[in-house]
Amino acid sequence: MSASVDTATATPVPTRRSRGETLRLYGRRLLRQPIATVGTVVFIIFLLMALFGPWIAPYGFEEQSIPDRLQSPTLQHPFGTDNFGRDVFSRIVVGARGIFLLGGTGTILAVMMGTTVGLISGYFGGLLDEILMRLLDVLLSIPSLLLALVLLGTVGPSLLNLILVVAVLYIPMIARVVRSVVLDLKTKEFVEAARIRGERDSYVLFREILPNALPPLLVEASMRFSYSIFLVASLGFLGLGVQPPSPDWGLQINEARNYLESAPWMLAFPALAISLLVVGTNLMSDGLRRVLQPGREDS
Amino acid sequence: MLSFIVRRLGFMVLTLILASLLIFAATQILPGDVATMVLGRFATEQALDNFRGEMGLNRSLVVQYGDWLFSFVQGDWGESLSTRADVRDLVLERLRNSAMLALVAFVMYVPLGIVLGVVAAIRRNSWVDHVISVGSLAFIGLPEFVTGLLLIAVFALRLDWFPSSSAIPPDAAFFDRHTLERLVLPALTISLVSLAYIARMTRSSTVEVLGMDYVRTAYLKGLSRSRVIGRHVLRNALLPTVTVVAIGIGWLIGGLIVTESLFGFPGIGRLLLFGIQRRDLPLIQATTMVIVVIFTMANLLADILYGYLNPRIRFR
Amino acid sequence: MATTTETTTGRGSRNVLEIEGLSVAYRTEEGDIFPVRDVSLTIGKGESFGLVGESGSGKSTLAMGAIRYLPANGRVTAGRVLLSGRDLLSLSGKEMRSVWGSRVAVVYQSPGNALNPSIRTGNQIAEVARIHLGMSKQEAHQRMLEMLEKVKMPDPESVARRYPHQLSGGMLQRCVVAQAMVTNPELLILDEPTTALDVTTQAVVLDLVAELKQEFDSAILYITHDLGVVARVCDRVGVMYAGEFMEQGAIRHLFKRPLHPYTLNLLGCVPHFSLGPRRKTLNTIPGFIPRLDELPEGCIFAPRCSLAEPECRVAQPPLVRAGEDHLTACRRWPVVPTPAEHMDTITADLMQARGEAENRLLEARDVKKYYPVPAQGPFRKDKRKVKSVDGMTIWIDEGRTLGLVGESGSGKTTMARTIIGLVEPTEGTISLRGEVLGPTTRSRTRDVLRRIQMVFQNPDASLNPRQTVGQSIGRPLALFGTPRGEIPGRVLELLEAVHLSPSYYRRLPSELSGGEKQRVAIARAFAAEPDLILCDEPIASLDVSVQGSLMNLLTTLQAEKGTSYLFISHDLSAVQHLSDWVCVAYLGCAMEWGDAGDVLNPPYHPYTEALLSAIPIPDPDVIQKNIRLEGSVPSAVDIPPGCRFHTRCPRFIGDICVEEEPPWREGEGDHWIYCHHTFETLVEMQKETLRLADHDHGSPGVEVQV
Ligand SMILES: Nc1ncnc2c1ncn2[C@@H]1O[C@H](COP(=O)(O)OP(=O)(O)OP(=O)(O)O)[C@@H](O)[C@H]1O
Ligand code: SF4
Ligand code: SF4
Ligand SMILES: [Mg+2]
Repeated sequence: MSASVDTATATPVPTRRSRGETLRLYGRRLLRQPIATVGTVVFIIFLLMALFGPWIAPYGFEEQSIPDRLQSPTLQHPFGTDNFGRDVFSRIVVGARGIFLLGGTGTILAVMMGTTVGLISGYFGGLLDEILMRLLDVLLSIPSLLLALVLLGTVGPSLLNLILVVAVLYIPMIARVVRSVVLDLKTKEFVEAARIRGERDSYVLFREILPNALPPLLVEASMRFSYSIFLVASLGFLGLGVQPPSPDWGLQINEARNYLESAPWMLAFPALAISLLVVGTNLMSDGLRRVLQPGREDS
Repeated sequence: MLSFIVRRLGFMVLTLILASLLIFAATQILPGDVATMVLGRFATEQALDNFRGEMGLNRSLVVQYGDWLFSFVQGDWGESLSTRADVRDLVLERLRNSAMLALVAFVMYVPLGIVLGVVAAIRRNSWVDHVISVGSLAFIGLPEFVTGLLLIAVFALRLDWFPSSSAIPPDAAFFDRHTLERLVLPALTISLVSLAYIARMTRSSTVEVLGMDYVRTAYLKGLSRSRVIGRHVLRNALLPTVTVVAIGIGWLIGGLIVTESLFGFPGIGRLLLFGIQRRDLPLIQATTMVIVVIFTMANLLADILYGYLNPRIRFR
Repeated sequence: MATTTETTTGRGSRNVLEIEGLSVAYRTEEGDIFPVRDVSLTIGKGESFGLVGESGSGKSTLAMGAIRYLPANGRVTAGRVLLSGRDLLSLSGKEMRSVWGSRVAVVYQSPGNALNPSIRTGNQIAEVARIHLGMSKQEAHQRMLEMLEKVKMPDPESVARRYPHQLSGGMLQRCVVAQAMVTNPELLILDEPTTALDVTTQAVVLDLVAELKQEFDSAILYITHDLGVVARVCDRVGVMYAGEFMEQGAIRHLFKRPLHPYTLNLLGCVPHFSLGPRRKTLNTIPGFIPRLDELPEGCIFAPRCSLAEPECRVAQPPLVRAGEDHLTACRRWPVVPTPAEHMDTITADLMQARGEAENRLLEARDVKKYYPVPAQGPFRKDKRKVKSVDGMTIWIDEGRTLGLVGESGSGKTTMARTIIGLVEPTEGTISLRGEVLGPTTRSRTRDVLRRIQMVFQNPDASLNPRQTVGQSIGRPLALFGTPRGEIPGRVLELLEAVHLSPSYYRRLPSELSGGEKQRVAIARAFAAEPDLILCDEPIASLDVSVQGSLMNLLTTLQAEKGTSYLFISHDLSAVQHLSDWVCVAYLGCAMEWGDAGDVLNPPYHPYTEALLSAIPIPDPDVIQKNIRLEGSVPSAVDIPPGCRFHTRCPRFIGDICVEEEPPWREGEGDHWIYCHHTFETLVEMQKETLRLADHDHGSPGVEVQV
């Protein structure tokens, strides 16, 4: 009927909804995005793998068996074995834990520190804000993989260092997101109403502002987590991640390079694992954004 | 406009100085004792002392930093600890190679990314959009070493269209079949992530512009769809893309490091890795600084271009 | 749905637009909704039809559906649309494009967004001429300049070369109108073209529309929620409610003798600008506009109608002819009371209840608030200041209301924020009952903070989206020392005071309408039991019927609790309705102030006079002076010397206004005017202008003169 024009002539007037309706609406929105649902399911499967890996894995991840080396996938070794005869499946399952530990802890740290910086910077503003933002700009002026390499190259790739590096890398981005939300909320009338009542800064920050900053923060955190997997795996591949013999997907792929033709499964399965997890997390965070912040396209 | 440029330039210089401080701190303060870091834990006290003297590590940190920065600005980037070669020559030569690789990738992903983003936005919620959007979400998540290895497995080992190693001679000419052939696979590898990134961002800015009142006005002026898109939408939608492309260079650099190592390509990323493996301090510092300068300049250029293209900034 | 074929016919012989039985549907997450159902109207050549109704009544949807420009989820489900006899709904997309822009043109609400920010305005206007009139570049350029002149644009050449962000709102709207008129379209749709503008600018744009009507013979469909605007520019009007017409007719008939309870109510709930006794309650409409997915059976207005009887709920009453050029959808139209009867029935006089309390509560003396101009470069700090408030003195008595009016940029909000301590004044003192207050909230005691509260303009941002109504109202109670156990009870009392049922206690703001949110915000302000509430445009963003009930609420609460208000508004009718004292501000400075009766009666300060003559009054017979302010408010960075109003003053004297600051002249009673003219000369001049306006009008039925 109408000409095919894809712009809105009017913003729909919000109709009143009860809370139950709102929740159901979120649920429906999520389910209406089958792709995001798939992403979430993939994420959860890997999360379970990370939690219960050692119980799921049929073999020890270090269990070498030279006679069994470079075996193609069989019932015994569903994903085949590597050049030391280790079970690829078990290494992947146990490796999930490392990824979640590094990426997850790093991201959580980054969220905590980034949120603190963003809250302070956005709420108090002024010179402090100016200084903090300039400092974050500096961190952002160095491409993240480069910064990670330099830091790990000089201090050495221990588990703690890896986590710290992930955190340092993502603090600026999270701080910026939080800051921009705070800047927006700070001028909102309900926050001014709190200041007029003489509420303390801590009340304003944690009761009035923070709860409203949570949805975008959640979205940002899930996105950062997916990047951190990417980063940790890349570091592993470059030899600056988790050190052997601990299982690490990036490292596994690096080892597989020399057996591309003779044992392609050594590459295929860890690559699949990384891709699935990162893509799944990406899809999940994209879905989260659509559910929690409809109308906003990308960040 | 001029004051805008001056302001941005000022910020860039400030950022660079702070970044140099950060790099200096990361390489010479964080590790604790530099001599031990470079020579290893089992070096003799004598050797450590000699090294410290040679590198001037006995001076105060402020002096060391000032000296280092001053020499760097002057073009004296020191001598490589592992190869004893002049760091500047080494870095500049590898930089040239990386620039070739980056350029090939750049001309592949920037236009394509923009086109895909715009198409997805115009056909919003159609299957074309879904394919592009989900595809870009997926590609953004695929690490370069995974895509690179897949490309090698298929195009080099299976089909044998391209060589699997991209080692090129130091004086390789750019427009040489031999060179270009070796650039294709790594360039493709680097492109995918950035391509996806640009497509996503372009899509979102285009979608935003499509919802603006002035686009409605344009349609209701009776303009054809192509004219509305070409004249009224793109102009505004591609403006943020300028910045996006510059930020994407950060991804490109990360991609370079991984890809060069994967393909054995003699670029600056591999040089950096080499430096890190050998704990070659001057080499690490110089490569990092060079990359940061380039990245910062790209952002500055993008800022200025953005300001120039945006009448709201140009005629403030 | 009964099909109504009846429409009022335009006075023109030829109908330009005929809409018959049009229905539009939107696909939504909850299924299809029908925002426009079986609607018909016609507009003749050279005629302007006003489409009024509250927000969400389907005005825009009707207009855009008729010209087939709906959002992607919208579609026309039934009906016929004829543009000069040609059926628009059967045209192909390509044919439709040749109609858009050449035979139909549209102007929207926000001029700032209607033009492309990265193309010079002139080129955007010329584009239409090139596409539809097949003109060459030069010809199109010529045509564009011609059009800019037609819309009275000063200096068209330079305006054409500028980008939209370099023009003011009023200028932009003129550019958009010029662009619309390039092809001399048969139909011009104006969708709330002045809602985003100041009254004074609105008046200029409305004059322009009236002139265009004379000059071009386009049919005009004028969409607005403001009955006053309709009275000023339209020949005929249709009142929409929840997707249907309630009433249609020539404006004189419809305003003099509305024949539908909804129209009558709409007219009753806006305060009329009249010089009679103030402070009556307004008639308001109980209940809400129904949700489109829960429309009532029968007459859709029945749940809110005081005349409803059981039969009304059986079948939807069709539009019937109730007089010459007058249709109504009310079954009981013969018994609909006249406006005068309607006013008399419910209005209660609130003035009686108030005694003579004359203690001064708040005094803000010589307040200045300067902001630094944002720096343009690291080495070029701008020393200039934005002078938001530039030496304003006001006081408020106990239990009384001070109304603060002025165009945007006059510093009203900054003044309120300074009083309450959200911003620190650059100069000046605020004192409460004689006690000088600290400059910021941090430096004030809890008791002082409690005594002054605020109600904000934007209902959507006034409440924390994550806190329930109970939490929002309970928090100030807890903070100011109500024992924990008593809080829920007090909250319920407060809810009742603002006419919300206890069921609202657990609701979140997202479950409330705009008016309900504002009620909660008012309850929250009263929770602190303050002496003074600053109301910063508390009703501006709401529908007229909701505005009316909120004004009633504010007046009754004041009568009950004796709280003082500072009522900030750009709407003089609302200010005169609520205020005891009035202060008229311009560019951060008071121009006239004193007792409301004195300020809003002649003699006026020239600025007040201009504001008054700009208000659209919902009565086609009222004669107003034709005083228009050209240009826009100057930048608060470069305030004009001498009298700051001299750049726009219609009563400008000469050098003295430019060189010398005017004196504050004191009139009889409590009345001060800041002008070089004496009271006597002002009286004389203003009488003369009114006589001229009266003469021009030349109609006998004069009622009120403003
Ligand atoms: N794209 C859309 N999708 C779904 N519902 C919509 C859409 N646009 C408008 N609506 C709904 O249709 C109804 C009519 O809206 P419309 O914008 O036509 O009203 P209006 O009278 O122009 O209101 P306003 O005075 O606020 O401009 C409203 O209930 C609105 O929420
Ligand atoms: S038809 Fe009945 S309910 Fe409807 S407006 Fe008339 S009197 Fe009221
Ligand atoms: S002083 Fe002069 S310019 Fe100012 S209001 Fe009076 S007449 Fe107008
Ligand atoms: Mg509308």
